[in-house]
Amino acid sequence: MNLHAVKAIYHFEMARTRRTLLQSIVAPVLSTALYFVVFGAAIGGRINEVEGVPYGAFIVPGLIMLSLLTQSIANASFGIYFPRFTGTIYEVLSAPVSGLEIALGYVGAAATKSVILGLIILATAACIVPLRIDHPAVMLLFLVLTAVTFSLMGFVIGIWAEGFEQLQLVPLLIVTPLTFLGGSFYSVDMLPGFWRTVALFNPVVYLVSGFRWSFFSLADVPVGISLAATLACLGACLALTTWIFRTGYRLKK
Amino acid sequence: MTAAITVTGVEKTYASGFRALKGVDLEIRRGEIFALLGPNGAGKTTLISIVCGIVKATAGRVLVEGHDTVSAARITRSLIGLVPQELTTDAFETVLATVSFSRGLFGKAPDPAHVERVLRELSLWEKRDTQIIALSGGMKRRVLIAKALSHEPQILFLDEPTAGVDVELRRDMWAMVRRLKAQGVTIILTTHYIQEAEEMADRVGVINGGEIVLVENKAELMRKLGRKTLILTLEEPLPAVPDRLVRDGLALSADGTELAHSYDAKADRTGITTLLADLAASGVRVKDLRTEQSSLEEIFVNLVRTAAP
Repeated sequence: MNLHAVKAIYHFEMARTRRTLLQSIVAPVLSTALYFVVFGAAIGGRINEVEGVPYGAFIVPGLIMLSLLTQSIANASFGIYFPRFTGTIYEVLSAPVSGLEIALGYVGAAATKSVILGLIILATAACIVPLRIDHPAVMLLFLVLTAVTFSLMGFVIGIWAEGFEQLQLVPLLIVTPLTFLGGSFYSVDMLPGFWRTVALFNPVVYLVSGFRWSFFSLADVPVGISLAATLACLGACLALTTWIFRTGYRLKK
Repeated sequence: MTAAITVTGVEKTYASGFRALKGVDLEIRRGEIFALLGPNGAGKTTLISIVCGIVKATAGRVLVEGHDTVSAARITRSLIGLVPQELTTDAFETVLATVSFSRGLFGKAPDPAHVERVLRELSLWEKRDTQIIALSGGMKRRVLIAKALSHEPQILFLDEPTAGVDVELRRDMWAMVRRLKAQGVTIILTTHYIQEAEEMADRVGVINGGEIVLVENKAELMRKLGRKTLILTLEEPLPAVPDRLVRDGLALSADGTELAHSYDAKADRTGITTLLADLAASGVRVKDLRTEQSSLEEIFVNLVRTAAP
């Protein structure tokens, strides 16, 4: 294991985060705060409570997940796409590093950044609405698992993309709809029967549900199933990443 | 003596169907400076990329210090430093950060003293905290070299290192290459400047159309280059070479107006004095004279032209 290389890539990526602190941290926090204002204050005034939890607090886990997903993908995809775009990837490709080590460095850094971001948003939310966390360990577990899973997905997108447009394509066309339809702002139980069934095919539903359970002990699907679904997503992304490095897909001519 | 690099039957066909390499065999000796010459698109960069593991060969194998570049990639890659042709650098990193990054990437523990030494040798130490984007093209080239040297490679690839580089940097770079050679580093460089190959290399290889068309010691090449031809334009055409003038290396042109005398310019006796004296004695009057010398460039151009499809 070339640990020096993993460290080098990780530090390189974290340094990039520090350089771009404004876009990396401030912007997502600001946009999440806006969600709180719009959904929490404006709509929350009419909804009041969902299953005994004030609406403002109810949407906190979903909002954190929303940012976590989009930011994990954005970070990781950009982190690997940019060196491909500028050509500096030659160095990583000619270095004595395995696919696993490259992924550990890039995905590890992207996931770290997302977890920090998630915790900052959580702290911000706690300042605005009264919040309780029933299962902090499970909360952290979901936070880390989701960050890693979607950073891996971002990493794959960053390798697949052949231009900045494609880099935006998957997040815009697939991930954003899935997150909005994933029960971030509502309980899936609130949907009519048919749509409720459809929603259960959306993996984000399980992430949000499990994460929300760790806060308020209430969930759309049992927390065990949420965890299993999250792990399945992680496994799928891991398999895809492994395949990419086995075949040299889009990295080596 | 073990070879630093052994390339056996390497072929490369890109997805587009373009055959960049058509069965290349090449041996680079340990500790030598090897110049790989060839026109654009000849396959120089593809060959280097295969040795460095950036491009997968379609067929054939490459050994670096006896290790296979595919099955023992970890070993071979840590032995190699690559300075690519394009100025591909990070933009916002500082010089020191990017060079330290390279060292780590190649599996070496941090060694600030070594990194400082490399930066000082390349006159980059004063710029260590500068963002790369703020550097000139020549300075960026130095950064790329520093990155390649950061992990103390045994073999250094310089892919057209002096393209677009000013005279001073070129001189610095060659001084550095000689220092590295003295430390036992094997250096492979590609260049368009044949003069550079002449000046620097121990051996010269010419690649064209994906095939190695020549590998020769520079000394051998220089011997070939040492041959000059003295051409005498005569006032009156001669039907044949007069008996008195007949000697090795002398030929009369088809129309009888020119005598060509080929000789070794580095030899003690070139035979020119005798020839001129004999000409006078034979009553042959010379209107004009000139000498011709084949350069490496000429040999190169001829090779490339004959090999072209």
